[in-house]
Amino acid sequence: MYRYDDFDHRLVAERVAQFRDQTRRFLAGELTEDEFRPLRLRNGLYIQKHAPMLRISIPYGVLSSTQLRKLAHIGRKYDRGYGHFTTRQNLQFNWPRLEDVPEILAELATVEMHAIQTSGNSVRNITTDHFAGIAADEVVDPRPYAELIRQWATLHPEFSYLPRKFKIAVNGSTVDRAATLVHDIGVHAVRNEAGEVGFRVLVGGGLGRTPMIGYVIRDWLPREEILNYLEAVLRIYNRFGRRDNLFKARIKILVKERTPAVFTRAVEKEWERLRGGPATVPDEEIERLGSFFEAPPYAKLKGDDAGLRALTADNRPFDNWVRRNVFQHKVPGYAAVTLSLKKTGVPPGDVTSDQMDAIAALADRYSFGELRVSHEQNLVFADVRQSELFRLWTELKGLGLATPNIGLLTDIICCPGGDFCSLANAKSIPIAEAVQRRFDDLDYLYDIGEVSLNMSGCMNACGHHHVGNIGVLGVDKNGAEWYQVSIGGTQGEGASLGKVIGPSFAAHEMPDVVSRLIEVYVERRHEDERFIDTVRRLGLEPFKERVYATAH
Amino acid sequence: MPRLIKDRAIVEDVWTLVREPAPLAALPSGAPIIVPLALWLQERVALSARGDVGVWLKPDDDPALLAEDAALLPLIAIDFPKFGDGRGFSTAQLLRNRYAFAGELRAIGDVLRDQLYYMQQCGFNAFAVRADRGLEDALKGLADFSDGYQASVRQPIPLFRRRAPAGAVRDHSPAANDP
Repeated sequence: MYRYDDFDHRLVAERVAQFRDQTRRFLAGELTEDEFRPLRLRNGLYIQKHAPMLRISIPYGVLSSTQLRKLAHIGRKYDRGYGHFTTRQNLQFNWPRLEDVPEILAELATVEMHAIQTSGNSVRNITTDHFAGIAADEVVDPRPYAELIRQWATLHPEFSYLPRKFKIAVNGSTVDRAATLVHDIGVHAVRNEAGEVGFRVLVGGGLGRTPMIGYVIRDWLPREEILNYLEAVLRIYNRFGRRDNLFKARIKILVKERTPAVFTRAVEKEWERLRGGPATVPDEEIERLGSFFEAPPYAKLKGDDAGLRALTADNRPFDNWVRRNVFQHKVPGYAAVTLSLKKTGVPPGDVTSDQMDAIAALADRYSFGELRVSHEQNLVFADVRQSELFRLWTELKGLGLATPNIGLLTDIICCPGGDFCSLANAKSIPIAEAVQRRFDDLDYLYDIGEVSLNMSGCMNACGHHHVGNIGVLGVDKNGAEWYQVSIGGTQGEGASLGKVIGPSFAAHEMPDVVSRLIEVYVERRHEDERFIDTVRRLGLEPFKERVYATAH
Repeated sequence: MPRLIKDRAIVEDVWTLVREPAPLAALPSGAPIIVPLALWLQERVALSARGDVGVWLKPDDDPALLAEDAALLPLIAIDFPKFGDGRGFSTAQLLRNRYAFAGELRAIGDVLRDQLYYMQQCGFNAFAVRADRGLEDALKGLADFSDGYQASVRQPIPLFRRRAPAGAVRDHSPAANDP
């Protein structure tokens, strides 16, 4: 993984000192609440319902075991012994004291971590594929480019007061596991016929109040031009993005209002002025960053582990886990393992400090001391020997982290919702739990197969409800909590936005609503047809009919 | 006389800011003035004859309109009506890098300590800090960071062209993977 040099250490230390002084000035009354807000926000600090919430940056979701131990320690010392992994591959603490935040940041800095730009109107954490570097379908390892962009975006003097938040995702595989189509900028690392690396650039995707799929504004960008091109896009956005209306300030609105063609011309014209300039990235820098992401010292193994097949044949629960939670690795004899943070009864994405310590120990033993956070709010051990899967599974079961439900209905993406967040219209965690309880029969869950259920407590769409096969949005009706349901959304290649099926539901109706949707699918699916494909084939009507005939 | 930060020092401000467009005859005389861009474009000949006129830009004013005048003007000011309105950062960058403006580039409006470092990197060298805030305190903001990753007006060479190769320094850093 990327390691800080003296420069990176100094920058983060200076940021800690700056924030310490900003906090001091606020507490001393030298800064008003309005003046402090943009300063604390660009450092991931929200004032929530019960306490401040601190969001810590995990660049492109890569964590070392040492860093995870530090997070466990912070959870214990400054919070209530747990943290929450987010859909931006970050970690949130829900209960720190404002006065303690500078000290938390200082502790984070000792393990090369920070909270820079985890909120506020700036470029947020760069995200990528949680299987980067190990996926068989990978064309280019996106991590060196994600790090290049991370550094460029960090405390950018010109682009730190943008009209609104700005999210960039980088993907390097033929399959898009980074949801690049719903980002302000999506970057696809691709190779041309000559084998050279370049980028396809998408702009203007996003969720939130006005969900949109990004437009391809450039099919091929030479890799050395990536920062010049990003500068061109950000400058056009910074200068011309709307600042009169918070809800129309994202770049997607600018792209739409100007039309993609006009927007693209403006970017290209700006880029022509920058092309070949000082920010052109030399090959040496790409090699330097690449050297941080070289493959770990794998054992030379012949192929798939023979013992594994015997174990899965004998042990149904283990077989289930291998089928759902183990991902193929490009290196023979290895596999990637997803630790499910979606156990029924535990808020999706939540991990206790004790679990973090245990996970760190397992990462050291089984996966070269590293792990990743997925944007589906699970954790990944990317480099596990197949011959050790059984032992790892046994240990994960003991920790409650082996729920075999990855990609299934109960692997719910969910924001903290009204239990914690002051923006939320409605609670989301209890709804997720009710649905998980309804589908606790593993045989039925497996028979249903791949379905994504994404839930957000408000328009801001932290739970990515628009791109869930089933999407649930918390809405406020005269002070009561209601839930609007959409179906047909997907992320990744061919991403689509779900369509609302009709009037919203009360909380207690939600498990039934999901059951009815699934029933229609089970009755009418063709062989091997996934839920999303059945929805696309049949349209909304049969689902609507069933849900509204029985629920009301 | 009001004071401001210029070239990292606290100095007296000899310029008078003309916020509202006014007829030529109504403009203050005998001391240098900063006029709105619209007035400058309208009365360019008369105003440039005065010799002591600077121009101020609103966030949505296009700096390209000063492309030809940039070489003549002694001062350009950029207004930040609200702390969070970041358009002025791009305006400054363009004036310096694209239109080669070499005179005093001044931030006016809701100018507070915590943006000063960014402003300086984008090419500002003068800061009319909001009147209710201390200049001594604001001056500290210019030193918040000793360096940055990006190419900027103040540091045109991005860090990756200046930093040591991988492995040269990082082995000595407090290790993230130490047990």
